[in-house]
Amino acid sequence: MNILAEPLVQRMLLVGLLVGMAAPIVGTYLVQRRMALLGDGVGHVALAGVAAGWLAGSAAGLAQRDALAIPGAVIFAIAGAVVIEKMRSKGEAADVVMAILFYGGIATGVLLIGMAGGSNANLLGYLFGSISTVTWTDVWITAALAIAIVVIGLGFKSALFAVTHDTEFARSTGLPVEVLNLVVAVLAAVTITVAMRVVGVLLVSALMILPVAIAQHLTRSFSRTMYLAMGIGAVLTLAGVSITLTQNLQPGALIVVLGVVAYVATTAITSLVGRRGQAS
Amino acid sequence: MTAASPADVTPTPVAALEAGAVRVSLQGTEILHGVSLEAAPGEVVALMGGNGSGKSTFVRAIVGAIPRDAGTISIFGKDATPDARRLIGYVPQRVSAAGGVSATAQEVVASGLLGHRTLRPPKDTDARVREALSALSVEDLAKHDVSRLSGGQQQRVLIARALVRKPQLLILDEPMAGVDLQSQVALAHALGHLKEHGVSIVIVVHELGALTRLIDRAVVLDHGCVTHVGEPPHDLGVHALPGHDHEHAHEDPPPAGRNSLGLEGPR
Repeated sequence: MNILAEPLVQRMLLVGLLVGMAAPIVGTYLVQRRMALLGDGVGHVALAGVAAGWLAGSAAGLAQRDALAIPGAVIFAIAGAVVIEKMRSKGEAADVVMAILFYGGIATGVLLIGMAGGSNANLLGYLFGSISTVTWTDVWITAALAIAIVVIGLGFKSALFAVTHDTEFARSTGLPVEVLNLVVAVLAAVTITVAMRVVGVLLVSALMILPVAIAQHLTRSFSRTMYLAMGIGAVLTLAGVSITLTQNLQPGALIVVLGVVAYVATTAITSLVGRRGQAS
Repeated sequence: MTAASPADVTPTPVAALEAGAVRVSLQGTEILHGVSLEAAPGEVVALMGGNGSGKSTFVRAIVGAIPRDAGTISIFGKDATPDARRLIGYVPQRVSAAGGVSATAQEVVASGLLGHRTLRPPKDTDARVREALSALSVEDLAKHDVSRLSGGQQQRVLIARALVRKPQLLILDEPMAGVDLQSQVALAHALGHLKEHGVSIVIVVHELGALTRLIDRAVVLDHGCVTHVGEPPHDLGVHALPGHDHEHAHEDPPPAGRNSLGLEGPR
């Protein structure tokens, strides 16, 4: 119990809870649109943004050289997500665009961090997550962004569902399809940047997608899938962080492994139980 | 298509749909070479033609799903802006009934209540969704996963999604394709009911089948041009066959004094 009084522990649990709840909201829209891997492409662009922020911080002579890393990541991630969305809506092969951003992002990140006088080791925290180094400032930024994701992602759920479920019909109803598509892209970019701190760029997609994949075994409704995935995401991150308080394990990797285990378990259980009760 | 008819003496009522010389290109190739179509209030128009004739492209242009290069489209006398399109109920081809995440029929139909200035569902959503599903006799499927329904059931859900908007102009793209007989009958019944209430219907079909008695007029497309306007082709499917040789565009004489019950079916 005493351990919960530790400010660092409080910060880690709080960030874990916020990210665990927020990430599956966007994940549900991405899975709906069959773009589950968007997080990987945009995540790597965010990494280039981290390095660019680092470079800008060094050039400006800031005392804390990585002060601009997260703002850099947000800007790059949004730009990357918007590019993918524009190419997708033009009918280009989105997977190829994502693959190019994937390689381009990580290569640019490595080059820029070198130019900023840093080493690739400085990027490791962003690649694999570094929840054990969060400051109160990080917590407030994460909270603000997570609240924005929840408010927009849940507040416009019906319209975002309509657009991701059947774009052609949505367009016929007069819904502002392009604007709503951009909202999904920007929400995804913000989510990726926020989640990067917890699980790292390499595993950021997992936090958005795994809870949705698990929830899909348990309900047939879109709304319930989203709410359930938020709960599952929160439980996974809290469980992962809690275990690493006493065990010397990497939190981001543990959270993802717990998610994969939960996915395999629910798959096995639901197929054993059979497909009775098709209605949610 | 707008040839003078005896009714021209009195002021013509505003057409539910008026599409004039619509040209559409997809990926640089012109698919529609100036297609026109008019539907009066309460009229049921069948849009026929073979594969690749441009039927679906035409209705997609009408509902604003794809942009047009030229031509005019007006809905009840107003330019087809997103706002004017709120009077349209559109039933696309049933290829998109399921996304990557399961959704219930209730959720899918509720999405039909959104629009240009309606980004959030109205308060009476549940009651209206129930009503629309009942109109197609699928109210008991409200909580079912759409992707697990049969083709006919999915189609009825998609039509309910269009009907929940209480449209004045219903546009359906191949609603009978891959649909079981029971659903075909339910669909024909629902469309007949709408027609009685003055709703205009434009329906893309390969074969008239259960819809025969409802159709007032047929417009046949071939290679992006109108080749026939008037009674539904008597030899069903002949105009629709890809190999059918349309040497010239022809227009059937307008039926003298349009029968409000629609034309008698072939055979």
